[in-house]
Amino acid sequence: MKMTGAQIICEAMIQEGVEVAFGILGGSVLPFYDTLPQYPQLRHVLVRHEQGAAHAADGYARATGKVGVCFATSGPGATNLVTGIANAHLDSVPMVAITGQVSRPFIGKDAFQEVDITGITLPITKHNYLVTDAASLPKIVREAFHIARTGRPGPVHIDVPKDVFTEEAEVNLPAKLSMMSYKPTLQGHPAQIKKASRLINEARRPLILAGRGVNISGAYDGLKKLAETAQIPVVTTLLGIGCFPESHILSFGMVGMHGMAYANMALNTTDLLIAIGMRFDDRVTSMVSSFAPKAKIIHIDIDPAEIGKNVRVDVPIVGDVKAVLKELNKQLESVQHVDWVNQLDNWRKEHPSTDIRDSDGVLPQYVVRKIYDITKGQATIVTGVGQHQMWAAQHYWYDKPNTLISSGGLGTMGFGLPAAIGAKIGCPEDTVWCIDGDGSFQMTIQELATITQERTAVKIAILNNGYLGMVRQWQEMFYEKRYVATPLSGPDFVKIAEAYGIPAVRAERREDVIPAVEQAMAEEGPYLIDFRVEPEENVYPMVPPGASLSEQLEAPVKEEAIWQQ
Amino acid sequence: MAAVKHTLVALVEDKPGVLNRVASLFRRRGFNIESIAVGHSELPNISRMTIVVDGKTTSVEQVRKQLEKVIDVVRVVEIDSDDMISRELALIKVKTTPTTRSEIMQIVGIFRANIVDVGIEAVTVEVTGDDEKINSLLRLLAGFGIRELARTGRIAMTRRGASPMKEVSKTRAGRQKIEK
Repeated sequence: MKMTGAQIICEAMIQEGVEVAFGILGGSVLPFYDTLPQYPQLRHVLVRHEQGAAHAADGYARATGKVGVCFATSGPGATNLVTGIANAHLDSVPMVAITGQVSRPFIGKDAFQEVDITGITLPITKHNYLVTDAASLPKIVREAFHIARTGRPGPVHIDVPKDVFTEEAEVNLPAKLSMMSYKPTLQGHPAQIKKASRLINEARRPLILAGRGVNISGAYDGLKKLAETAQIPVVTTLLGIGCFPESHILSFGMVGMHGMAYANMALNTTDLLIAIGMRFDDRVTSMVSSFAPKAKIIHIDIDPAEIGKNVRVDVPIVGDVKAVLKELNKQLESVQHVDWVNQLDNWRKEHPSTDIRDSDGVLPQYVVRKIYDITKGQATIVTGVGQHQMWAAQHYWYDKPNTLISSGGLGTMGFGLPAAIGAKIGCPEDTVWCIDGDGSFQMTIQELATITQERTAVKIAILNNGYLGMVRQWQEMFYEKRYVATPLSGPDFVKIAEAYGIPAVRAERREDVIPAVEQAMAEEGPYLIDFRVEPEENVYPMVPPGASLSEQLEAPVKEEAIWQQ
Repeated sequence: MAAVKHTLVALVEDKPGVLNRVASLFRRRGFNIESIAVGHSELPNISRMTIVVDGKTTSVEQVRKQLEKVIDVVRVVEIDSDDMISRELALIKVKTTPTTRSEIMQIVGIFRANIVDVGIEAVTVEVTGDDEKINSLLRLLAGFGIRELARTGRIAMTRRGASPMKEVSKTRAGRQKIEK
C-alpha cells in the first residue's frame, strides 16, 4: 500500500492502540499535522508548551498503563520536550515522543530550527531513532512502541525529517517485529525463587519494600497474597504508593527521606528485606552503608542492571514482578509474625508521623486530609514537586494502584498540572486532583489554557505558602535560615484562573477549607482553590541529606494533635 | 595486572550511532575504560567491540549489564584472561641518527616487529602483540626519542570457549518474532 510517511505513522500508531496524543506543531511537523484530520480516531490535545505535552503523555501513561504519545516540532519544540522525556525515563514511564526534524538535505547545515535532538535525547531515552526514509517507518514505529511498553518501560523518541513525512513509500502494515538484541527476561530463575522462598519461610522480621515496578507489572494481587500468606508488613517507595492498599492492616506507609518514622524504623530492624520492583534510590536508602543493616536482601526487578547497583543483594531475582511473585507464592508457607507486626504497630502509635497539629491557620496537611475525606479516598492525586508533594503522599491514603501520580526520580517542578490533564483525559470517569505548590504550579501555569480548551475537569489545589517551600525548609534546617531566593511572589491565582475561564476560590482560614473542597467537587468542570497555607510549615519526618535512616527527625511536638490515625 | 584489567567483547548491530551510544554510556555512568576497539565481525551487520575496563575503579558487572541494556547491543561477554588471545597493533615513530639506527633495528628484530618506513631522522616501527610486549618495546625505544605513537587498543577472543558469535547466529536463525 502506497502512503506518505505521515500516513504511515498515523496508521501504525492506530494499530498500536493510540487514541490520544499531546503536542504543539511547528514548521517541521506541519506536514504531519496536516495529515491528522484523515484520522479522526486520533485525538490531538494542543498544549501550550512542549514540556506540558511530555508531562501530559506521562500522566496519561501512568493513569492508564498505556503508552503516552507526544509530538513537537524541530529545534526549540524538541528541546522543550527534553525535561518531560527525562522525567519519564527516570520513572520508567512508557512513552513515544515524535519530533519533526529539518528536511534531510538540510541536516547538519545548522538550518533554521535544526538541533541534533537524537544526540540530546540519547542518554534520557530507552532508545531513539532518526528516520532516514519513509519505508523504514512501519518497523520503527512498531519497535518504538514495543520497546516503550515492555521490559522496564521507558520513553522512546522518533525524530522524523520534514521531507520523510511527505515521502511516499510502498509498505505493509503492521510491520513484523523482529529484533535481534532486545528480549527482556520475564520469568525469574527457579533456583533463585526457591532460595528466596526458603529465606522468607525462615525469616523472623521480614519486610516487603514495594516500588513502582509492582504498579507497572500489575502485581497487586500477587503482592497481597505474599504479604498475607507469610504475614509480612509492607512499606513502599513514593512511586510504589497504591500498589498495596494503605488501609490494609499490614501496610506501614512510605519509607525514605520523608517516609513514615515507623516505616524507616522497620527498615532498620528487619532481618529480611524483600525489595520488589524498586531500585534503591538515594531518597529511599539515605546513607547506603547503614541501609537495612540487619537484613538479608531479596531483590526482584526486571532490569538486571539494577541488581547490585546501589545496594548489596543476597538473592537477586531478575524477572517481571507479577510472574516472579506468582511462582514465589507457590512455595510459601503460611506463617505468622505476630510479635513483629505488633512491634510495628507500637512504633506507629509512638511515632505517629501523620498527626496534624492544631492551628487556626490553614495547615497544608489539613488541606490534603480534607481532600481525602471529601473524595472518600477515591480520587487520583497528581502532584508537582516539593513540600506539597510529600504532604500529598503522607496525608492522603491510597488504596488503588496508580492513584498517586508524581515525579519521583527527576523531581520535576511543574509536572503536576500537565500530568493531571493527561491523567484526566486518560481516565475521564475518575476524579483527578492536582495538588500543587505555588512555585511548582507557576512553572507550567500556561496549561490552564489547555484545560479550558479541552474542557478537562481537573480540580486544582494550590498549597500556596509564598515560598519555594522545600528549599526554604532546607535553608531553615541546614543553612541557618538564610532564605536566599526562596520567598516567592505569586500572582492572584483566583484572578488568573478566572482569566482562563476556570472558576476559583481562595481559602484563607481553616473554616474555608471544607466548603472550598466541596464546591470543587460540586462543579462539573475544572476548579481551582488557592489555599493560603502556613508559610513556614515543614515536612516531617525528615532524614537529613547524607544521614542514615536512623537519624530521622520527627515533627517537634507543638500542640495537641487533632488527628489520630 | 591481568586481574585488574577486564576484557569485554560486545557484539553490536552495525547501525549509525551505535559507537556513540556505547561511548555516551561510559561517560555518563563514569565508567573508566582503558581502550575500546571496533571493527567487523564474521557476521554481516554485526560489529565487534573489544572493551578493556579498569576493574579497580569500575564495576565490570555494571559495565556489562548497562551495555546489554543498550538496544543495539546484541550480546556482551567477558573474556577470561586465562583463556584469552589478545593482540594490539602499534605504530611507533622513533628518532634515529646514523649511530643509533642499527641498535634500533636490533631491538625491533628481537621483538619480531617490523620497520615499515625509514627516513633520515626517524624510523617507523610496526609491532603486534599483547599490551605487555608493546609496553616493553616502548620502554626500550623511549631512550631514542619517540616522535609519534598510535595504538589500536586490545582486540581479543577466547582460545577454546564457544564463540559468542555462535549464540548470536542461533538467535538470528530463530529471531524472536512477536506477532500482535
